[in-house]
Amino acid sequence: MDAFLIQILNGLDKGSAYALIALGLTLIFGTLGVVNFAHGALFMIGAFCAVTLQRIFKLSFVTEDPTQQDFLGNPLKVETPYVMDWFGPEVGAGIIEWSVPLAILFCIPVMIGVGFAMERGLIKHFYKRPHADQILVTFGLAIVLQEIIKYFFGANPIPTPAPASLNGVVNLGAIIGMDIVYPLWRVIYFCFSALIIGGIFAFLQFTTFGMVVRAGMADRETVGLLGINIDRKFTIMFGIAAAVAGLAGVMYTPINPPNYHMGMDFLVLSFVVVVVGGMGSLPGAVLAGFLLGILESFASTTWATTTIPGINQVIIYLVAIIVLLTRPRGLLGRKGVMED
Amino acid sequence: MSKSNLTRRGLLKTSAVAGAGVALPTIFTASSAAAYMNEPTGGSVTLGFNVPQTGPYADEGNDELLAQKLAVEHLNGEGDGGCLKTFTSNALQGNGILGKKVEFVTGDTQTKSDAARASAKSMIEKDGAIMINGGSSSGVAIAVQGLCQEAGVIFMAGLTHSNDTTGKDKKANGFRHFFNGYMSGAALAPVLEKEYGKDRRAYHLTADYTWGWTQQESIAAATEAVGWETVNNVLTPLASTDFSSYITPVLNSGADVLVLNHYGGNMVNSLTNAIQFGLLDKEVNGKDFKIVVPLYSELMAAGAGANIKGVFGSMNWNWQLQDEGTKAFVQSFGEKYGKPPSNSAQTCYAQTLLYADACERAGTFNPCGVSEALEGFEFDGLGNGPTLYRADDHQCFKDVLVVKGAENPTNAYDTLEIVEITPRAQVEYAPDHPMFAGGDLGTCNPGA
Amino acid sequence: MLGLNKQDTTLFLIVVALTALAPFILNPFPTESAMAQFNAGYPDLMQRFVIFGIFAIGFNILFGLTGYLSFGHAAFLGVGSYAAVWMFKLFSYNVFPAIFLSVVIAGLFSLLIGYISLRRSGIYFSILTLAFAQMSFALAYSVLSNPKFNLTNGETGLQVYTDDLQMFHGDHLPDLPHIFGLLTMRDNFVLTVGGWDFNFNVGYYFCALIMLLAFYFSVRIFRSPFGTMLRAVKSNQTRMYYTGLNARPYTLAAFVISGMYAGLAGGLMAAVDPLAGAERMQWTASGEVVLMTILGGAGTLIGPILGAGFIKYFENIFSKINDTVLHSWFSFLPDGMEDFMVAIVHPFIGKGWHLTLGLLFMMVVIFLPGGLVEGGQRIMRLFRGKKAAKEADEATQSTPAE
Repeated sequence: MDAFLIQILNGLDKGSAYALIALGLTLIFGTLGVVNFAHGALFMIGAFCAVTLQRIFKLSFVTEDPTQQDFLGNPLKVETPYVMDWFGPEVGAGIIEWSVPLAILFCIPVMIGVGFAMERGLIKHFYKRPHADQILVTFGLAIVLQEIIKYFFGANPIPTPAPASLNGVVNLGAIIGMDIVYPLWRVIYFCFSALIIGGIFAFLQFTTFGMVVRAGMADRETVGLLGINIDRKFTIMFGIAAAVAGLAGVMYTPINPPNYHMGMDFLVLSFVVVVVGGMGSLPGAVLAGFLLGILESFASTTWATTTIPGINQVIIYLVAIIVLLTRPRGLLGRKGVMED
Repeated sequence: MSKSNLTRRGLLKTSAVAGAGVALPTIFTASSAAAYMNEPTGGSVTLGFNVPQTGPYADEGNDELLAQKLAVEHLNGEGDGGCLKTFTSNALQGNGILGKKVEFVTGDTQTKSDAARASAKSMIEKDGAIMINGGSSSGVAIAVQGLCQEAGVIFMAGLTHSNDTTGKDKKANGFRHFFNGYMSGAALAPVLEKEYGKDRRAYHLTADYTWGWTQQESIAAATEAVGWETVNNVLTPLASTDFSSYITPVLNSGADVLVLNHYGGNMVNSLTNAIQFGLLDKEVNGKDFKIVVPLYSELMAAGAGANIKGVFGSMNWNWQLQDEGTKAFVQSFGEKYGKPPSNSAQTCYAQTLLYADACERAGTFNPCGVSEALEGFEFDGLGNGPTLYRADDHQCFKDVLVVKGAENPTNAYDTLEIVEITPRAQVEYAPDHPMFAGGDLGTCNPGA
Repeated sequence: MLGLNKQDTTLFLIVVALTALAPFILNPFPTESAMAQFNAGYPDLMQRFVIFGIFAIGFNILFGLTGYLSFGHAAFLGVGSYAAVWMFKLFSYNVFPAIFLSVVIAGLFSLLIGYISLRRSGIYFSILTLAFAQMSFALAYSVLSNPKFNLTNGETGLQVYTDDLQMFHGDHLPDLPHIFGLLTMRDNFVLTVGGWDFNFNVGYYFCALIMLLAFYFSVRIFRSPFGTMLRAVKSNQTRMYYTGLNARPYTLAAFVISGMYAGLAGGLMAAVDPLAGAERMQWTASGEVVLMTILGGAGTLIGPILGAGFIKYFENIFSKINDTVLHSWFSFLPDGMEDFMVAIVHPFIGKGWHLTLGLLFMMVVIFLPGGLVEGGQRIMRLFRGKKAAKEADEATQSTPAE
């Protein structure tokens, strides 16, 4: 029973990353009608916001310590981060340790800026172009973005741990008398995702801005005819979608050290998630994200892999095929969207 | 149209008269009249360095490339000479190879068999490379080794740890300096027994492809020989990024050691996840839970950060060794690039020197002559202690390092500390050992 | 000629001339010169040009005509390669039976996948094909290479071992793929003229001949009533239904034909280099053929071949330029300038070739919506001036599908 619940938790945890990325993809697709292959790259850039902030905090001045030697026998160059110098070693070390949570604040303006720049500079010109062109140009952009990151940060993963106090494990089952030990940061990740997903839905549901955007998703032309500047609203939506992807990236860094191709690793999966959920459906994207996360977790149990060898390799795709063959437009898709 | 395969760029075997039995390679004695693949005719000789430059192993490939460039400098008598001073064979003079200036071309393997073969072919066909060196995966090494055998050039493998490279896929034109899964097991098991006791229950997570399988087989066999029990072996897809669903069952399995047969990004993530789930704070069967990573590299250690503290593994070589060869190499590499070399860099450096030295001793670049000079060659002074290139399977036999993650690293480079230098005798095995059986070295192919 | 109209005949003859003279065209620089780095006229790359040309031509029959965007075509190429290598392993190194089996197996495989995937359209179709291909890749990479049932030999790639069965292999036959024992795929003749070396390679000409056949066949499809029907699927499927036509058999036929083209390309890849790696089936490989087709000009006859050449050229030439090469190019400059130029160019070559490729993709898509073919037409118009341009326009107009 414990094992079962823990696999559900694993699934929810995986699922929250899928859901966040898929949500952003769907927002962009639903509002702008653009298939954005660079969305994975936005996730990756978000993660590298955390790395960059960590690097900034670790900016150091160098002093030579003649009493010690480096590996070549020269005097050892001791690097002291400026923050440690300014705020004292204790506080300085604390700031560096908290760079991931602080990166949440850092990431939002950066990602909104990146999103605006992308939409105004490139995507805008592709609204009227065929989907194939959109895919190709955003795919090219994704490659360029990840190569730029690789140029500055290398190809190796970069450890960006969470603060020590958020790093341990918690017993979630204590209340119901069971032993369900789970990493604290993963619990935070799940709650954080739930919060963002809830926030986006509330925003679209209960604000005038959200209402206009939803109307625009349904019928762009009519909304435009009503004299509403829908283009500006959509640009803002793009910025928000980029920020969601970025936040997902920042929060993901303590779970797995980020590297430059993490976006590509998630890209194909998140497209499968979006399509399984149904193109253009926000609830569908979230539902499919969690569903596929949970199924993936169960497929990797020893029981599953001994029953059907290799099931853990193909489960996501198998589910996608079954869903698409039984429900033509995914779980919650609308008729006529992206079917031609 | 003249049919000339005698030019420097003379190409892959032209099967002379149609239908004649030309497929069998001919063994040339040294300096026979022309006619082996890419025979250098001018004042220079071209080596091909084939390493991953894109993809997840790009940094490792870059390190290999730096080391290979350094080796070329030393061969040409530039720089401080590096290991030429410490190498026990004194054939190399610092005037190139056989008096010819050494040049090199580079290619990108992308860590894919197909791409690696394409780039190796382009170096052989277009640039006239006389040997191919480098790489950082066993799949690629085996694929390129096969190509070099067919094409008739020497292949010096870079980082490849699968038993198959010099086991069932061994080739007469291919040579491996790096150690392998069996050696990792043989070196690790006694140390693990000493540290963790005889009565341990191990749970294996294994990357689901050839290298993972051979390493798992080797480690399981070696640890079972010292009394450990293998509770379970779970195969994980190469594309996995989150290992949580593989880690959680470990907690209830009754195992008290987790063995991660993963490499690169897989290892960084699986280890990070295992630490997240608090495995190292657990106590099972009255013992502290432990994690073992049989194959370490410096870049993996850097990627996993603080998580590797106290985790045991094995390595081919480490810059912190204190022998003369290591010191000379680290000095020379560090002066030039400002950081200590990684163990894959050292392998590529050593392989380049070994190839050059074999050419000098054979007096020819003919792959068959070179191969003969390398087979059974005993040497020292390149950093790994006394080493033998065994003739039966072209595998190097030398000391293997058991390392563990340092508790208190002082800088970015001493994150791993050497626990034991396992003597060569302990990691040796018979050429027909079951884990290496099934292959056929064949005969050397000079390609013409 | 050969049932082609005048313009198509001209186009076909141009392609014939280009492929036949490729060893000269692709080797414009003397072997020892600094610019020799840009030469592409060596056997492996020439073979790749035509093989990926076949792959892209086939993909274009599906995508260019019907608009169905398959993201899983690499699976058929991979299956074709595996089939060919298995023929080498079991029977003999003769390439004809191997390639025949590749095409057949890929055809059957694509019939199965096409039959299921074509029940959906648009992006749902794309994701179905992607899912099938990714499953094939994952299984080929690990599960199907386990020691008990080793069908694919996993990460290393399927290859021929000396202890393989090879029923019809004899001592008189060469130990590598050959044409009835008369010629091997590696046979190569080098023509040395002055500083130039030109390679004439049996493997290349064999593949080139097959590519010409494939190209001719695709022209015939484009111009046939069947091709018109496929275009109708692209422009308005609903209207087709209303006129009483069922589009499914036509799209399925197009899918299977393009799958067989992919299998043919896979078989040829194995024929020129008898190893089949699982990465051939990965989604990135499927994406690559999409890029080739769109980059060259989807729906045009010649576009896919250009796109294939463009991408393979970058992959193989730019990845091999390193700093040493750069220094030799700029060595004529004063020292400071030389280092500066090297530093500027450095991020775009060698390990940065992906960056260059990504930038070029973007530029082509942004400025040349019709792909390289459109670029060619624009240049042509520039040269010919206005009046001639009109003719040129007409001459090529029939080529694009839209």
